[in-house]
Amino acid sequence: MAKIIVVTSGKGGVGKTTSSAAIGTGLALSGHKTVIVDFDIGLRNLDLIMGCERRVVYDFVNVINGEANLKQTLIKDKRVDNLFILPASQTRDKDALTKEGVEKVLHELAKDFEFILCDSPAGIEAGAMMALYFADEAVVVTNPEVSSVRDSDRILGMLSSKSRRAERGEDAIKEHLLLTRYNPERVAKGEMLSVEDVQEILAIPLIGVIPESQAVLNASNSGQPVTLDQDSDAGQAYLDTVSRLLGNTVDFRFLTVEKKGLLKRIFGG
Amino acid sequence: MSEPFFELKGSLFPLTVIHSSDLTLAGLQTALEKKLGQAPGFFHQAAMVIQLAPEQQNIDFASIKQLFTALKLVLVGVTNASPEQKQQAQAAGLAVLRLGQDAKPTSSASTAAEKQNDNAAASVQQVPMHTKVVEQNIRSGQQIYAKGADLIVRGAVGAGAEVIADGHIHIYGTLRGKAIAGAAGDTGKRIFCHNLQAELVSIAGHYWLSDSLQGDFWNKAACIRMQDDSIVIGEL
Repeated sequence: MAKIIVVTSGKGGVGKTTSSAAIGTGLALSGHKTVIVDFDIGLRNLDLIMGCERRVVYDFVNVINGEANLKQTLIKDKRVDNLFILPASQTRDKDALTKEGVEKVLHELAKDFEFILCDSPAGIEAGAMMALYFADEAVVVTNPEVSSVRDSDRILGMLSSKSRRAERGEDAIKEHLLLTRYNPERVAKGEMLSVEDVQEILAIPLIGVIPESQAVLNASNSGQPVTLDQDSDAGQAYLDTVSRLLGNTVDFRFLTVEKKGLLKRIFGG
Repeated sequence: MSEPFFELKGSLFPLTVIHSSDLTLAGLQTALEKKLGQAPGFFHQAAMVIQLAPEQQNIDFASIKQLFTALKLVLVGVTNASPEQKQQAQAAGLAVLRLGQDAKPTSSASTAAEKQNDNAAASVQQVPMHTKVVEQNIRSGQQIYAKGADLIVRGAVGAGAEVIADGHIHIYGTLRGKAIAGAAGDTGKRIFCHNLQAELVSIAGHYWLSDSLQGDFWNKAACIRMQDDSIVIGEL
């Protein structure tokens, strides 16, 4: 049975697409057949982050409208086996998604894939609702600052009231908190909310903390999911997150200020 | 051997009170028979009290009592009696009862304005019959309204969320959003929360914003209520 996981946040620019790409790649690296679906119709980004923007022929809306089939539309990742992308349409808007259409596509994907990752657009409008409606689990991407936390709280409310599981009275969507852009130094200075602060407000289990890192920016710019950069702190943090998502217990890293060694202090770095 | 048990204790019982402008024997008989005709078994041997108005004089309590017995009703006593009426009723072997302090007499003679007051009082005094219980956190943007009821939230109320109740509000988590108790206008309602960090608290239309809440009870367990037309915060 395929698991549908929505990556969502409410607020824009907190790292939903980056996280979708990194987690999807991580799941595929662990041997699980995974598809990442870009729900951000009209603001197509996932293909850029995944470095497959030149290979987009058909898109999600084409499949819904029956203008192309899934096989034609899915883009297979060249670096990682078991990883596919369903790109969004850049020329349409979010109203092009219908509940019936999305259900049909997800149903078809579920036959083939173990994990269906839905990369949600920002906001709480139709597009975001569509991305979360069919979800079994949710990764709520949050930055350690008040506006992001507030928006995540809002989205958590939507998950528990507007999803199909909520409407049918089934078990609630399993919610996970993913804290991105975490900077322990700024937390220590009191300029940023701490993991504990965010967790206290949102009150959902923590699945990962991704440190603020140049590696993420580099990865996005070069179209490489950061999980492929396994030497980077962010890459490792995402792999830990994936492992937790698969049910393993992994200690949290990168939460405290790293003490600079003697050599680093002398030579800088 | 223990002593035989004997004790006097006060207790409250529901009694049916009759309000009638016509307390003549014939008038009462017609009205009662009509009422009993609608639901013959319902008032069988029911204990009744007659509510009096000051202008009703020379009432034949003894005959009325007999009428009740004949109709298989039990007349226990009268209420709202003037000193004169009281004497007459007691002579007929009826108890003279006093209504609670809050209840105002209603009679045909009360003016329309008084009646309106009574209605207002009645609607405010309406006791919530139900309690709405919410098991999870209330998230930003969500709004919960417990109509004619108390509200219990087992989780937290997020910033930007609103909980509203006509009755009391109990929050077992942190209150970061807005809480509005006594929404139907009852100033006797309260807000109880485990950790007070609210954006706004309101009781029966009187409200305080978070600025006014900063103080001894910010970030602590608190009880918010009305006293002399103003909101007061106290320990939980």
